[in-house]
Amino acid sequence: MARTLINIPKQTRRGEVIEIKTLIAHPMETGFRPLANGSLAPRDIINRLVCTYNGEEVFRADLFPAITANPYVAFTTVATESGEIALSWTDDRGQTQTETVAIKVE
Amino acid sequence: MAKARVRTTEKAGATRRQVLRAGIAAAAVPLLLVRPARATPREMEAAIRAFTGGAEMRPGKVALDLPPLVENGNSVPVTVTVDHPMAPEDHVQAIALFNERNPQPNVAVFHLTPRAGRAAVSTRIRLGDSQKIVAIARLADGSYWSDEAEVIVTLPACVEN
Repeated sequence: MARTLINIPKQTRRGEVIEIKTLIAHPMETGFRPLANGSLAPRDIINRLVCTYNGEEVFRADLFPAITANPYVAFTTVATESGEIALSWTDDRGQTQTETVAIKVE
Repeated sequence: MAKARVRTTEKAGATRRQVLRAGIAAAAVPLLLVRPARATPREMEAAIRAFTGGAEMRPGKVALDLPPLVENGNSVPVTVTVDHPMAPEDHVQAIALFNERNPQPNVAVFHLTPRAGRAAVSTRIRLGDSQKIVAIARLADGSYWSDEAEVIVTLPACVEN
């Protein structure tokens, strides 16, 4: 499990546009980096980030090797109701990591 | 005595120059061999066509915000905002980023829904060279809008080995 940083306001008003900032620890090996023996390091990147709000998908990102190591992505969503915001990252090996954050909407 | 010293330095200077010249030539050869092929403006156009499906793209609405002069190409902050409402019937569906001279022309594609509230995304990207970056937004009505920015990179990404 990689370390993640997720910044979402804990409490907000209904209808407010909130910013979701996400970061995950990952080397994002591009597949273009030569190793000491002359071969290229095999590609291993996070290629997808999906955000769901109470089960409904609100944001999705397809990432390519041009995204930095420890990919940072920030986006917005409308706070509709109290519940859970889930973020899942998928890498080239097919491994998925999901983190959920509770949000309170008044 | 003084004359002799001058002569020796002159001689040493000439050899040093030759040695340096030979060294630079020798260093340039493996660098050219090792470096993977770069994307070209034509590859970027092909990647953009794959995203737009050949549809016409108009400048405007999109604002691509990134620093004009970058010291470290390993991490360049980028923000794209689209000046367009996010109503269910008329919203920004996707925002894509492309580059001209990294090994691969694609950078990222962000898929938005009306629940985004605002069309604004930020991330950090790698730049292998000074180049042009293009941001394209696809609206729900099928139109495409774009913005581009030139970036100068003093220390490009991916050159440390």
